[in-house]
Amino acid sequence: MELTNWAYTDKVLDHFMHPKNILEDEKAYKEDGRGITGNIKCGDQMLVVIQVDKAKDVITDCKWKTFGCASAIASTSVLSEMVRGMKIEDAYKLSPKDITKELGGLPEHKIHCSVLGDKALRAAINDYYLRNGMEDKVRTEEARIVCSCMNITDHEIEEAVLEGARTFYELQEKTKVGTVCGECKDDVLRLLEFYKNKHFCNIEEAMPAKTPA
Amino acid sequence: MAEKRRIYLDNNATTPLHPEVKKTILSAMEIYGNPSSLHSFGRQARSHVEQARDHVARFIGASSDEIMFVASGSEGNNTILSILNCECRGCEFNSCRDRELVTTTIEHPCIMEASKCLKERGMKVHYAGVDADGKVVMDRFKDLVTGNTGLVSVMMANNEIGTIQDIRTLSGIAHAKGAMFHTDAVQAVGKVPVDVNDLGVDFLTLSGHKIYGPKGIGAVYIRKDSPFCPLIRGGHQERGRRAGTENTIGIVALGKAIEMRALEMVEEEKRLLQMKEALREGIRTSIPDIHFVGHPTDSLPGTLNVSFDGAEGEAILLYLDLEGLAVSTGSACASGSLDPSHVILATGLPQECAHGSIRFSLGRENTMEDIAYLLDVLPKVIRRIRGMSTAYARRQ
Repeated sequence: MELTNWAYTDKVLDHFMHPKNILEDEKAYKEDGRGITGNIKCGDQMLVVIQVDKAKDVITDCKWKTFGCASAIASTSVLSEMVRGMKIEDAYKLSPKDITKELGGLPEHKIHCSVLGDKALRAAINDYYLRNGMEDKVRTEEARIVCSCMNITDHEIEEAVLEGARTFYELQEKTKVGTVCGECKDDVLRLLEFYKNKHFCNIEEAMPAKTPA
Repeated sequence: MAEKRRIYLDNNATTPLHPEVKKTILSAMEIYGNPSSLHSFGRQARSHVEQARDHVARFIGASSDEIMFVASGSEGNNTILSILNCECRGCEFNSCRDRELVTTTIEHPCIMEASKCLKERGMKVHYAGVDADGKVVMDRFKDLVTGNTGLVSVMMANNEIGTIQDIRTLSGIAHAKGAMFHTDAVQAVGKVPVDVNDLGVDFLTLSGHKIYGPKGIGAVYIRKDSPFCPLIRGGHQERGRRAGTENTIGIVALGKAIEMRALEMVEEEKRLLQMKEALREGIRTSIPDIHFVGHPTDSLPGTLNVSFDGAEGEAILLYLDLEGLAVSTGSACASGSLDPSHVILATGLPQECAHGSIRFSLGRENTMEDIAYLLDVLPKVIRRIRGMSTAYARRQ
């Protein structure tokens, strides 16, 4: 079959054609942590489950399910391979960039498809911590993705507020946040208020409550 | 190693050249005179161009001087919409500057974008919605067309779902209010009978590469005495309506493609319809949790649009591609944007279904064996994708 000039690298294609570690029997799988992220309305959703060697703090197995395009399938597949045998703290630090790099790159408009995998993984790790009485280890991310459709983080919202955005509409204009499914609107409005106060008022407020990813 | 089977089921995107058109193109390559030149070389080219114009005109019930050649369906559609917004004093449609445009929510992107541009320039644009089968909702349409309407533009057959509009009724409503009527018939001409007088249209756009002609050539029908304003200026070609030296090879090839359609269309479309119905039935009986999108009968004979629950369109398309089957999808992921098809959404199908929509569009080279092969591969592909999907709970 002629597959030259694919938009995807050979590695992406390989993981798409032969996805690794699909969660085939959800009920039978003995998971230590589970994370799901994304929204089928937006066209991609990912579920990641992990098994952990509790003595060594190492991820021994990772399985997944994905509703999404070829790059979403390949991203979750490659992620599941990357984290097997990985120290749980290291797995927590994996970024979309690491996944994209492992795949040999993704077309620019497909990058957003890869961001859900690591997010689902972190959710699974947080879930593992919670199940095992390690609430203190549950971290919210340094840069948290607020809008998963456009891959916009709280840092970008902060930047936009610093550049003068004061309304949801102005944030949309500057960052495109919430322009697809709009599910993040409430979250964004909270952040908007917070950053407005943080930078432009003298009122000290705690960070808005973050829900685990 | 045997060559792997490759089956093209994306004929609404474009079509392979008809063998007769290929031959015509080869001989047309010898004609290099400028049709505007007075010498014998020019006159030779001119006569070929005018012969092609006659073929096009006759096929849609127009007269030759009502046909203008353009470089694409998109150019044709943009040209017609642009006449509404010309501010030149000499322009015939000038008086219509303050009038409104009525179109629909399921037009081709070239109409959607051109109408959006008119809107941004201050013109009032109304979008008539469609029902679940993709038919324009008449009552609503009637309300939108008023004495202020300058132009109505409704596509005859939809490229994604195949639904055919009742153009004659729609144009009647427009004319009753004094508005002009344009139809984008790029997907219709050569697939279903089109007669500009039966349809009662003032403008109509058609394209060559959808009907086994080459890319880069199309035509616009402009009813005699209709107001008109050129989009491309600077030459007397096409009766001063479209500047630029004629694309002789393209025009001659379009003429031939249409000549072949006139001979083959009726029989062939019967065959396509049979294949489509076999495909529809095959999918219905072998794959659960699907939605057919588009009108069950008022539809292009070779177009079938199906949405598969829990399976994303780009993934379906690429797995089919790996099996040698070429289709297209309304999924956001395949388009490079983040929104799924505006046409599928306009029919009221939820977003999650729109992401899983696949269009099969059959053409003259397809056979019943192709359908059998597709029906062998497709259920496996869908099962496989659903097996790894978070959005599909296995119902066995």
